Amino acid sequence: MIEHIEAALHRPNFIAFVVLFLWGFFIMITHPNLVKKLIGMYLVQTSIIFLLVTVGAKKEATVPILQGSDATGSATHQIDPADYTNPLPQVLTLTAIVVQVATLGVSLALVTAIYQKYGSLDEDEILKRIE
Amino acid sequence: MIHAHDSAIVRTMSRLLIPLIQLFALYVLCFGQYGPGGGFVGGVMLGTSLILGILVFGPESPACLVAKKVTHGDGIGLIIFAGVGGLCLIGGGEFMNYSNLEIPWVDTESHRRYLGILLTQIGVAVDIAVTAISIVFSLSLIDASEESHD
Amino acid sequence: MTVAFEISLLVLLLMTAAGAIMVKDLISSVLILGFYSFLLALVWAWLGAVDVAFVEAVVGAGLATVFFLLTLFGTASKDTHIRRTAAPAIALIGLPLLGLLLLYAAEDLPRFGDPESQASARVSPDYLTGSLKETHTPNVVTSVLMDYRAFDTLIETAVIFTAGIACALLLRRKQQ
Repeated sequence: MIEHIEAALHRPNFIAFVVLFLWGFFIMITHPNLVKKLIGMYLVQTSIIFLLVTVGAKKEATVPILQGSDATGSATHQIDPADYTNPLPQVLTLTAIVVQVATLGVSLALVTAIYQKYGSLDEDEILKRIE
Repeated sequence: MIHAHDSAIVRTMSRLLIPLIQLFALYVLCFGQYGPGGGFVGGVMLGTSLILGILVFGPESPACLVAKKVTHGDGIGLIIFAGVGGLCLIGGGEFMNYSNLEIPWVDTESHRRYLGILLTQIGVAVDIAVTAISIVFSLSLIDASEESHD
Repeated sequence: MTVAFEISLLVLLLMTAAGAIMVKDLISSVLILGFYSFLLALVWAWLGAVDVAFVEAVVGAGLATVFFLLTLFGTASKDTHIRRTAAPAIALIGLPLLGLLLLYAAEDLPRFGDPESQASARVSPDYLTGSLKETHTPNVVTSVLMDYRAFDTLIETAVIFTAGIACALLLRRKQQ
């Protein structure tokens, strides 16, 4: 039991991810307001991207841009990969962020179209007006 | 829904800021290979400069007319990106293998790949900029089509 | 000093997310969400992911806030006040249990900041050592995104284009 709590405390990024993900998910399911659900969706997406980036972090490593004597391109100089943060999760993340904002744009267009037709942002009101 | 802002301070500051944002966006786009930045950020900043013009100066202003003309280029960025891949096919290699780009003055394989990265970054930037302006036109319910001649 | 700074940034992040959820007015909630994006960009820049921090600051704190505010300005003010409803008991009990289950699996993930983790062990040292020789670019993230993994970026550009077309189809109808 104690070692489970200690393992969780050594990974504060995972605790932050779980809290943000589940709270955003709760908002998406329970709130009746449409735009509030989209705020919950935004929190869920950013929490996942946050976990991806923090998995690739390394202690005492710098940005993944080759600097100083590593950037001269000489054939004899060896580049040490432990000096630089892992670039692969960052590549996934760049794509994910831009797709996130595209999804947000389409969802907000749907909300605007619903508002123009039914006149309300509250889902119980909209269900009443459909009948 | 959007009307021109009536404060002179906001209008003057926007007139100063829009070209500065575009200049910085071009810098970030071209130096994406030596520092942070690249195609995505440069494209969003280019779109942001025109969105600022739309929001501050209203739907009838010259900034908005320029933005309406720009949205005719929707999809050109995707054609540029896929076109670079097609050029690689013409050069004799596989799709998107930049080491086969046939451009006259560029010799080494690493320089060809550098040029391939730069061209695709320009394609991505154009695509994202036009899409951001187009989504803002859709969401603010401005009629962005030209008058049809009957 | 470094660990305390990271922990305090994470705590501030959670407090901002809590504030964005619990505020009653929608426009204030959206603006606090913009601040949450900015703090997220700060955390990522601190951890060494500068490209990601740049994109998040411009796209999350800039574009997403503008989209939300444009949608909300098209509605009347009575719709931007949220009413509170009672949450269903299943969600209130089930989701914390799910959270405990996820935390129970925490010891299988690599430790925070571990340089020997499996995520950094296989392919990424090859990208770090080969990027300057093969593509003449010091920025490894750009060369991986646009050269080694160019297909992902091509399809992502197509997704962005489709999103713009979808918004136009939904909202730009000629008034008959």
